[in-house]
Amino acid sequence: MSDVMTDRRPRAEHPGGTPLPVSLRQARLPRWTPAALALVSAALGTGIGLVGGLDSRIQWGLIAALLFIGGTFALAAGVEGARQAKDRLATSLVWIAFLLAVVPLASLLWETVARGTTVLDGFFLSHSMGTLPDALPGGGIYHAIIGTLEQVGLATLIAAPLGLLTAVYLVEYGRGRLAKVVTFFVDVMTGIPSIVAGLFILSVWILILGFGPSGFAGSMALAILMMPVVVRSTEEMLKLVPNELREASLALGVPKWRTILKVVLPTSIGGITTGVMLAIARITGETAPVLLLVWGAKTINGNPFEGAQQSLPLYVFQQWQQGSDASYDRAWSAALVLIAFVMILNLVARGIARWKAPKTGR
Amino acid sequence: MAKRIDVSGLSAYYGGHKAIDDISMTVEPRSVTAFIGPSGCGKSTFLRTLNRMHEVTPGGRVEGKVLLDDENLYGSGVDPVAVRRTVGMVFQRPNPFPTMSIFDNVAAGLRLNGTHKKNELKDIVEKSLRGANLWNEVKDRLGKPGSGLSGGQQQRLCIARAIAVEPQVLLMDEPCSALDPISTLAIEDLIGELKERFTIVIVTHNMQQAARVSDRTAFFNLAAVGQPGKLVEIDETERIFSNPSVQATEDYISGRFG
Ligand SMILES: Nc1ncnc2c1ncn2[C@@H]1O[C@H](COP(=O)(O)OP(=O)(O)OP(=O)(O)O)[C@@H](O)[C@H]1O
Ligand SMILES: [Mg+2]
Repeated sequence: MSDVMTDRRPRAEHPGGTPLPVSLRQARLPRWTPAALALVSAALGTGIGLVGGLDSRIQWGLIAALLFIGGTFALAAGVEGARQAKDRLATSLVWIAFLLAVVPLASLLWETVARGTTVLDGFFLSHSMGTLPDALPGGGIYHAIIGTLEQVGLATLIAAPLGLLTAVYLVEYGRGRLAKVVTFFVDVMTGIPSIVAGLFILSVWILILGFGPSGFAGSMALAILMMPVVVRSTEEMLKLVPNELREASLALGVPKWRTILKVVLPTSIGGITTGVMLAIARITGETAPVLLLVWGAKTINGNPFEGAQQSLPLYVFQQWQQGSDASYDRAWSAALVLIAFVMILNLVARGIARWKAPKTGR
Repeated sequence: MAKRIDVSGLSAYYGGHKAIDDISMTVEPRSVTAFIGPSGCGKSTFLRTLNRMHEVTPGGRVEGKVLLDDENLYGSGVDPVAVRRTVGMVFQRPNPFPTMSIFDNVAAGLRLNGTHKKNELKDIVEKSLRGANLWNEVKDRLGKPGSGLSGGQQQRLCIARAIAVEPQVLLMDEPCSALDPISTLAIEDLIGELKERFTIVIVTHNMQQAARVSDRTAFFNLAAVGQPGKLVEIDETERIFSNPSVQATEDYISGRFG
């Protein structure tokens, strides 16, 4: 490394007296340095942990992280100079923060996959619990899948058009007081806890109007939770559409509503769809309103407008409550299915966003 | 086809700010009228009042009259959408629709206004692209996205899009400011051809361009920053560039300004 380290050239005198560097080249650490340092500090951290008899792995990790940060900073300061050292310090901090964020996620996924695959098979996916006692192995989640699909589908049918139209109003038409009021209420709705949305529908739909529990009652509560998310994300996407496109269309003598329909929405449809998909993913995991309004069931009920239904998150909750080994296994498997469902939704959303993104064609 | 524009006592505002003050002028049919003047004197604003695009800006407001062959664009009951169909516009920055192909871009105005017959569209698209001197460059890639063209081609695409709906007046706001000399020449030639059919108004910062393409030239100026812009004079281009009647015009044109 000596050749890189001796790269300190003489400096020329600027006419004004301030020195200017002659060379734009500068000593750099080789590219593999951070990786090597990371390995070394991990090894040192483990070593110190073993020797010192520390029994918490977290302490090992902390020692390794501190060694890594200190090592990079010192090495960079010695070889590359102060500015680069600060740059590397910031980079290492960002990397460590990233690892800290990923570790829980990865371990959660690992745990769910490891425990969830024990009873996950074709039978599990295609059968309901029926009259099976909870302590016995067997049974499945078919009724919960049906329920979740129907409840989330209905909620989307209610919330997506409403949210979309609200966002179009706010971005394209909304001026003055009404727009401010609508924005305010959307903000308030964003903060509504799911249990409160459930209680609201419970009091209006079941207690006052006298309807029984049903998937649809749950859908209404889910729609309340979903709508502000759709409004917010759609609003952001519509704002991204350059004003010049709207003006180009208006200047062709196209009415405003057609401009919105044929120019503004197609330009932003990718982002809007992604937003809706993410909102669906968000409500799929809601348990509280389903517990209050759909009640849960052990058998298949395909009619979302009549009678209690099951849903995946509620199924997980109820199986966990049963507390037998067989029901624990079923809870983990259902949780895995739920995660997979949400993940697929996310992937589909990304696919649509990429597919529908305005093409540059160059 | 082409129509005369008579403007009288026209002022335009952005909220409380008056951008242009009391402008009166006549734009002759089948001719090119150039607007010149320093930055911020309200040329774009004035141009946009001629097809009621000014009111699209939040807070935009107009006073005065714009007669298009005796019909007041700002009269009660006049539909701004119909006005914009009659008075087309080309913007400073090319703005093709990014989700549409070249063909669809040119057909956009027609389609969005309800013409859907395939053959009819095809003919009009070809005619407009030929009219904009772009046909030969794009005839093999009509299905490709319009944003994949070069800047100059995109600008001609936008001109094709504007003339496809057969307006009677064409407003152009610095259509060449982002283009190279060759594309600029192509568009200037095009303007020469288009004036046989349309009334053309063009804003430009390029004196030579104004002298080359226009029949009449209007000079705008503003007393001071923050003051509204005013029309100083409008006359035959030759006169404006050789022997203008106002000293400020001569100063501006010869570069002795401020
Ligand atoms: N959207 C807007 N909101 C508020 N004020 C505006 C807006 N657009 C323009 N103005 C103001 O109106 C005045 C005239 O602007 P305009 O764009 O018409 O000038 P211009 O002559 O076209 O300038 P340039 O040659 O730089 O294009 C300026 O003072 C400008 O600050
Ligand atoms: Mg301008």
